Order: sequence, then structure tokens, then C-alpha cells
Amino acid sequence: MYEGPVQDLIDELGRLPGVGPKSAQRIAFHLLAAETEDVTRLQDALQSVKEGVVFCDVCGNVSEQQRCRICLDSRREPKLVCVVEEPKDVLAIERTREFRGRYHVLGGALDPLSGVGPDQLRVRELVNRIGTDEVTEVIIATDPNTEGEATATYLVRLLQDFPGLSVTRLASGLPMGGDLEFADEMTLGRALSGRRTA
Amino acid sequence: MYVRHLQLGDFRSWEHADLTLRPGPTVLVGANGEGKTNLVEALGYVATLGSHRVSSDAPLVRHGTQRAVVRAAVVNGGRELLVELEIAPGRANRARLNRGAAARPRDVLGALRTVLFAPEDLSMVRGDPGERRRFIDDLLVARAPRFAGVRTDYERVLKQRGALLKSSGAARRSSGDLRTLEVWDGHLARHGADLLAGRLDLVADLAPHVTRAYANVAATGENSGPAGRVAEARYRGSLGESMPEGYGTAHGPRADTEVLEAALLEELARVRDQELERGVCLVGPHRDDLELVLGEAPAKGYASHGESWSLALALRLASYHLLSEDGAEPVLVLDDVFAELDRRRRARLAELVAGAEQVLVTAAVPEDVPDELSGDRFDVRDGKVWRVE
Ligand SMILES: Nc1ncnc2c1ncn2[C@@H]1O[C@H](COP(=O)(O)OP(=O)(O)OP(=O)(O)O)[C@@H](O)[C@H]1O
Ligand SMILES: [Mg+2]
Ligand SMILES: [Zn+2]
Repeated sequence: MYEGPVQDLIDELGRLPGVGPKSAQRIAFHLLAAETEDVTRLQDALQSVKEGVVFCDVCGNVSEQQRCRICLDSRREPKLVCVVEEPKDVLAIERTREFRGRYHVLGGALDPLSGVGPDQLRVRELVNRIGTDEVTEVIIATDPNTEGEATATYLVRLLQDFPGLSVTRLASGLPMGGDLEFADEMTLGRALSGRRTA
Repeated sequence: MYVRHLQLGDFRSWEHADLTLRPGPTVLVGANGEGKTNLVEALGYVATLGSHRVSSDAPLVRHGTQRAVVRAAVVNGGRELLVELEIAPGRANRARLNRGAAARPRDVLGALRTVLFAPEDLSMVRGDPGERRRFIDDLLVARAPRFAGVRTDYERVLKQRGALLKSSGAARRSSGDLRTLEVWDGHLARHGADLLAGRLDLVADLAPHVTRAYANVAATGENSGPAGRVAEARYRGSLGESMPEGYGTAHGPRADTEVLEAALLEELARVRDQELERGVCLVGPHRDDLELVLGEAPAKGYASHGESWSLALALRLASYHLLSEDGAEPVLVLDDVFAELDRRRRARLAELVAGAEQVLVTAAVPEDVPDELSGDRFDVRDGKVWRVE
């Protein structure tokens, strides 16, 4: 244990995803030794992410305005919606340049161990959107792991009653047990173009 | 197959260890606590990606260090394969085959197969069903590495579904909860059926070997106890009536995953209310057992100490025969078992394994090791291990 502010910083950093106690300590001491301007820049970035960034009203992706750039882009096909867990998955799919539709970000996956059910995800928003936006195809691109698969099954069941709606899943070939964001662009692109009816 | 070279860095008590091994028997001799079991545990880790003594990786890394490294050169059918594993608790473990690109640890499963006899083996006979499930599942993975994934997927779904059952019970089940429960039911049944089918076919193939191996270990003669007692191993599933006839038996049909999936779903529907009431998952391979029977009575609770040991040895010997039969002969590791056995069982075991392609034996006193197994010898002391000519 270190004294006061240093330990507070280590504790806060340690609560970030993917940062263990050792890394937290390393980052803390790096910041302690860094130039004041560098720390100020980080501070500003942290501040503006909370104040300046909102979630898109339509798709739930991070955005600078009420509607994100993709939802405002008229060249993107509104009838085609790709459902992902997190904003980082949008980035991963955008990198493939295979997808010309729009997105819906759930904000996670079904995860009873963490108390996450359908009500904690943006599921109702998806259903409303399908009802009003004349969506004709939904591609479910949740993570290829236990929670992502369960979420996909849940959505397939939920959406099967919409007349005229086709629901597809990413083709297999994605490494199981992983995160969508870690799949390389080739694999993800292939999975996207080879999607199958769910 | 045999291990030609084993190298450890910061694994357990070993800052560094380097052993060049040969086929046939090798005995590692050293006083208690010198690190003999640690050496063979490392070999077991290469084969199973786990330890037979602890369930997490942290204790495997030498105190005060961050990562352990295990390297094993395995010769199989004239070809040598180099497996390298880096164990770094809290981060992702890394693996490499033949100095190639980094691979997932799971990808090196199958490069080395071992069958380990250890003093803890008695708990397979006398302990809880969990001990026997672990025995079957470990063997299943050794035989077909894809089951490592099946097993983790099933355990994950089971945990998630259990959490949902607990919270649904408490929240007096909303319809939304029931809807997601059905989703988890489906996934539990799918992964459960996959695991169950694997286990049933495994037991069907293993059971005759167990019966034969027991008869060999407990070969009738003076002091052998009631003659002619037959040992049997049977799969006992939580499916009850829904379990198709003959599954898991030597002459029955092979298990059909789809049939089992449907049966699991049916059972889940039947116990649904009970599950919500109690908040626990009542159906699935996590509730099953490998029943061991000696003569007429279950071994657990009835078999004598010596009989229980014979049965434990029989399970390991049967594993060895089964793995040899459908692929490369596994490396046998006998960790401190001779000290546990009476003279007659010692002799029988030594006779039965002396012909194996490679046997590694650890002992605190060399006198415990029967003559048949006196091949190469290493001494282990003060953090060093060396060949004794
Ligand atoms: N992570 C670790 N770091 C350092 N030392 C360890 C670690 N884990 C275990 N040890 C030490 O290793 C020793 C035990 O080694 P091991 O179990 O291999 O002994 P052994 O030679 O098989 O003894 P026995 O004859 O009693 O079975 C103990 O002294 C223990 O403190
Ligand atoms: Mg030992
Ligand atoms: Zn948007």
C-alpha cells in the first residue's frame, strides 16, 4: 500500500477493464513521473469523454451529437441493421469495409452472473426500430462466446415473429471463446459476407 | 511416445531444471519436499494444461517470480515435437510448437499424452462424484482435445444458468426471465449433450479395460481376498428414464448427440419448477457419476483399503490401455505410488507397466521401487537434478 493520492490512483486504474494491479501500479508511477502537460492532456480527454460524448439516440453507438455519423449518412442502407454488443465492435466491422448498412449497439450481452438481462440491454429500442424504420434484414454479430451466443439465440427467437424480416448470423469461422474485436479483418469480413439465416 | 527432454524455468520450486530422458523406466529419487512431484507435475501440465494438484495456475509459478516456462521435447513415431508453454497467472498463457509462431495453449493439447498415477488417486474410488467426473473428463480431453472446449463451454453456460435460476427464484419469475431461461436451457442442452455423448462413448470403451485391469492387479493368489470379484465401471447419468437404452455400455449403440439434447431438454422441462424453487441446476452432466462396482456392491463405502487401491490402479491402467489402443502410447508417470501399496500390489503394478514405452517413477527411497523398474536413475536434491550412472 502506498500513501494517499498514489494509492487512490492505483485503485482507480485497477478498476479499469484489462488493467491488473501490476499494470495499475506501473501506469500510476508513469503518470507521477510524466510532464505536467502530458497529464493535463489526459485529464482533458477524460473530462471531455464524459461531457462531450453522448450515445446516439438511434443506434446507441458513441457519438458527438444526438445522432451518430453512420445514422446520419444517407448512403448507408437503413433497411439493413447489424446488431453488436459494444461500440468497439462497430469499429471492428467498419474496418472490414464489407458492411454498408447501419448498426444497433446493445450495450453488452446477456450475462446473468453480472445481473444483465434483456431489460439491461437496448433490446426494446431494437424492436421499436424494426417496427418503425422498415428494417428488412438484421445481422446478429454478437461475440462468439457463451454470452454472445445466448444473446444471439434470444434475439433470433424474439425477432422471428416480425413479418418479412430476415434474421441472419455471422458465418462461423470466428474463433470461439473470443471477442469480435480481436478477429482479424479478413476473418470478420468473410464471416460477414457468408452470413447465414438464423 | 516418450519425452526426450524436459526443461523448467521458475516452475514451482525449480528455478531451473534440465533432464534428458530415454525410453523405458526412469526413477527420480529424492527426500520429501525436494521437488520430484513438481517435475512430473510440469509434464502433466504440458499434457493437460492443468495440474493434478491445484486448480489454478498461480501456485505453479515459483515464489517471487512472474511466469513459469516448461519445455518438453516429445518423440512420437520417430518424429520429435517441441512444446513450449509460458504460464503467467493473471495474463494469457502462451504456447509454441516447434519454435513456430505463438499458438493458443489449447492448440498444443494432444502433443503429449500422459497417464499419471498419484497418491491422490484413492479419492477417485472413495471421494465425491466430482472426482470421478474429473477423471472421465480429463481422459476425454486426452483422447480428443476438442473436448477441452466443450467442457469449458458447458461449465460457463451452467454458471450463467445457475445465476439466472437464483435471481429468478428471488424475483418471483418475470416472463422476461422465463424467456431468457429457455435460451439458456437450449444452450445447456446443446453443450451438455456434446459432453455427455463424449463421456458415454468413452465409458463404453473404457469399461472392459477397467474390468480386465482390475483382474490383473488383483490377480488371484494368496492374500488376494475373495477370489473372482469382478470390477465394473458404469456411467450413471442424471437423465434417469430419458437415457436411451444401452448408451455407455460396451455392446450398446454409440451415443447420438441429438437424441441426448432432446432428452436433456425434456428433463429440464420436467424439473423446471423444482429448479426455480431451489435455484440450482438439477439436470446435466455436472450431476453425473462413474459408478464403480466390485462384485455386487458399490466400491465406495464397501471396498477395503487394498481393494480400493486396486480399483484406482485399474482405472489408470485402463486409461493407459485405452489411449494406447486409439493412438500413441501415453507416457506413464508413477508419482510416489509404490509407498502406498502393499508388496503384492507393488509387484503386480511393476509387472504391468514395465513394458511401457516410457515410465517415470518418483520415490523418496529407492527400495520402494520394484526391480523391474530400475532403469535410468536421477537424484533430486537442493534444487538440482542429475543422472546417476
Ligand atoms: N510456487 C512455488 N514456489 C516455490 N516453491 C514451491 C512452490 N510450490 C511448491 N514449492 C515447494 O516445492 C516443495 C514440494 O515439492 P514436491 O511436491 O515436488 O516434493 P516431492 O519431492 O515430491 O516430495 P514428497 O516425497 O514428499 O512427495 C515444497 O518444499 C514446496 O514448498
Ligand atoms: Mg511428491
Ligand atoms: Zn447511430
